[in-house]
Amino acid sequence: MTGITRVSKSNGDAPQARPQNRKAMDWSWLGLAPFFLFAIIFLFLPSVSIFFRSFQTRAGDFTFENIIALFTVRDIANAYKTSLQISLITAVGGALFGFMLAYAVVLGGLPRGVRTFMTTFSGVASNFAGVPLAFAFIATMGNAGLVTRWIESIFNISTREMGISIYNLWGLSIVYMYFQFPLMVLIMAPALDGLRREWREACENLGGNSYHYWRYVAFPILLPSILGTMILLFGNAFGAYATAYAFSGSFINLVTILIGAQIQGDVLYNPGLGNALALGMILIMALCMAGYAWMQRRAARWIR
Amino acid sequence: MKKFNIWPWIILLIGMVYFFLPLIATFEFSLKMIKDRYTFEAYRVAFTDSKFFLNFGYSVLWAVLTMICSTLLVVPTAYWVHWKMPNARPYVEFVTLMPFVVPAVTLTYGLLSLYGSPPIVLIGSPILLIAGYIVLSLPYMFRAVDTGLRAIDVRTLTEAALSLGAGWGTILTQVIFPNLRVAILSGIFLTFAIVMGEFTFASLLSWPAFGPYLEEIGSMRAYTPQALSVVSFMLTWISIGLLQLIGRGRGQEQVAGAH
Repeated sequence: MTGITRVSKSNGDAPQARPQNRKAMDWSWLGLAPFFLFAIIFLFLPSVSIFFRSFQTRAGDFTFENIIALFTVRDIANAYKTSLQISLITAVGGALFGFMLAYAVVLGGLPRGVRTFMTTFSGVASNFAGVPLAFAFIATMGNAGLVTRWIESIFNISTREMGISIYNLWGLSIVYMYFQFPLMVLIMAPALDGLRREWREACENLGGNSYHYWRYVAFPILLPSILGTMILLFGNAFGAYATAYAFSGSFINLVTILIGAQIQGDVLYNPGLGNALALGMILIMALCMAGYAWMQRRAARWIR
Repeated sequence: MKKFNIWPWIILLIGMVYFFLPLIATFEFSLKMIKDRYTFEAYRVAFTDSKFFLNFGYSVLWAVLTMICSTLLVVPTAYWVHWKMPNARPYVEFVTLMPFVVPAVTLTYGLLSLYGSPPIVLIGSPILLIAGYIVLSLPYMFRAVDTGLRAIDVRTLTEAALSLGAGWGTILTQVIFPNLRVAILSGIFLTFAIVMGEFTFASLLSWPAFGPYLEEIGSMRAYTPQALSVVSFMLTWISIGLLQLIGRGRGQEQVAGAH
C-alpha cells in the first residue's frame, strides 16, 4: 500500500520528487502478496509437508524406508506401473488420433464450419470428465450398454458369458481418450495453422514433393508441439482420479485411487507411506510439466 | 483445384462417432426406466429427490464462492503484474500451473495432513474445499484475465485514472473490471463448469456436492444417474458454449480440466 501513497504524492510535482524516491525501498511487490500468500498456504506448504513427512517414521524420526517401500511393496509398485501404462497408452493414442483429427479439420479441406464446431466441442469434451463421463461409458459399453447390446445382437453372443469385462486397463483407456484427444485437437489446430504456405511453396520450388515437405519441413517444426502435448496428456491421465473411481471403484489399482483410499481410511497402515506415494506422484507430474515447458519453448521458435 | 480427399471425412466421422456415441447411449439409457417404453421418468425421479436439490445447491454455492474468491485473487494480481511488476510474471504463471503438478488427490492429501490436525485445524469449515477449487480455477482465470489485460492499455488507463485523482479501489472497480468484463466472464464460466462437476475435493474432504451425490446414487440405482449425467453434460456444454460465444473462441487455449 506504500506504493499508493508514493504515487499519489508525486501527482503535484513529479519531476523533482522522483530521484529521491528511487532510493526508497520498493514496496510494489506488496500488491502480489495476497496471491503468493494464498499459494504458500494452500499449495506450497502442503507440498512441503508431503515431502518432509515422506522421510518420517510414525514417531517422527528420519527414514528412507517409505521411499524404498514405493519400489518394494507390491501393491504400490503395481499401482505406479498401471498408472504409467494407462498414461502412456492414452497419451500416445490421444496424440495420434487428436493429430489426425486436427489435421483433417485444419488442412483436410473440410468446410469451415466443421472446424468451429470441432473446436467448441473439443473444449467441452476436454472438460467433460469425472463421474458423468464414467457413467456415460458404462451406459455405452457396460453390461447393458448400447454398444454391448448392438454387438451382442449382431454377433449373437453374450459378452457376460464370454467373460469380457471393460473394467480393466483397456476399458479405462477408452474412457480417458474422451478427454485426451480433444485436448490434442485444441493445441494442435493452432500449431497447424502456424505452418506457412511459403514453406510448402519453397519446398516445391526446390523440387520437393509432399513427402519431402512433411518429412523435412512440417514434421520437424511440429515435433516439439506434438511431443509437448503428449507429455501434457501423460500428466493429465496420470493425475486423473474422479473418472477412474466412478468407472471402476477401486477395481483398477492406480496411484490416485490408492492415495484416495489412503485418505478415506489408512489402508496402507502407514501415513508416511501415503506421503511417499503422493511425493512420487508430484515428482512425476513435475517432470511432465518441465518437459512440457521445454518443448513449448522449442515449439515457439517457429510457431507464432 | 485440389483433388477431393476422402480421408479427412473418415477421420471426422470416427471422431464424431466417438464424441456422440457415449452421449447418445447415456441419453437412451436414461429414457428406459419404464420397461419397453421410452419415457422421461428417470428425470422426474431424479428431480423429485430432495437430496439432489440439496447437493446441487451446495455445488452452486461452492461454485459461486470460488468464482468470487478467484476473481478477487486473480484480477488484482494480474493487473499488478501488468502495471508494476512484469518481472514477477514467470513466478505468477508458475503458481497458476501448479494444479497440473499437484493433482487434486495429492493436494487433498497434503492439505488434510497439514490442516487436519493441530496446531492449525481447518477441516471444520469449507475453507480447504474452496481453496482447492480456487487452485483448480487459477490456470483458467489467470489465462483469461491475462489475455484480457493484453488487449487493453493498462498503463495509459491507470495513469489517466491516477491523474484524475482516482484511488486504487476506484481504478480496479471503475476502470479495470469493466474493461475486463469479457475476460473475467469467460474465466468464471469455465470455473463454474469445473466446480459443478468436481468430485475429488468434495468427496475426499467430505462436503456435500453434486459430484459425490452422482457417484453415490450411481452405485445404488440405475437410470437416474444417467439422467443426471445428461444434465451435467448439458451444464458443461452451456457454460463452455457461452464462453465461446463471448470470447468468440479467441485466446482460450485450455490446458486441462479436473479429471
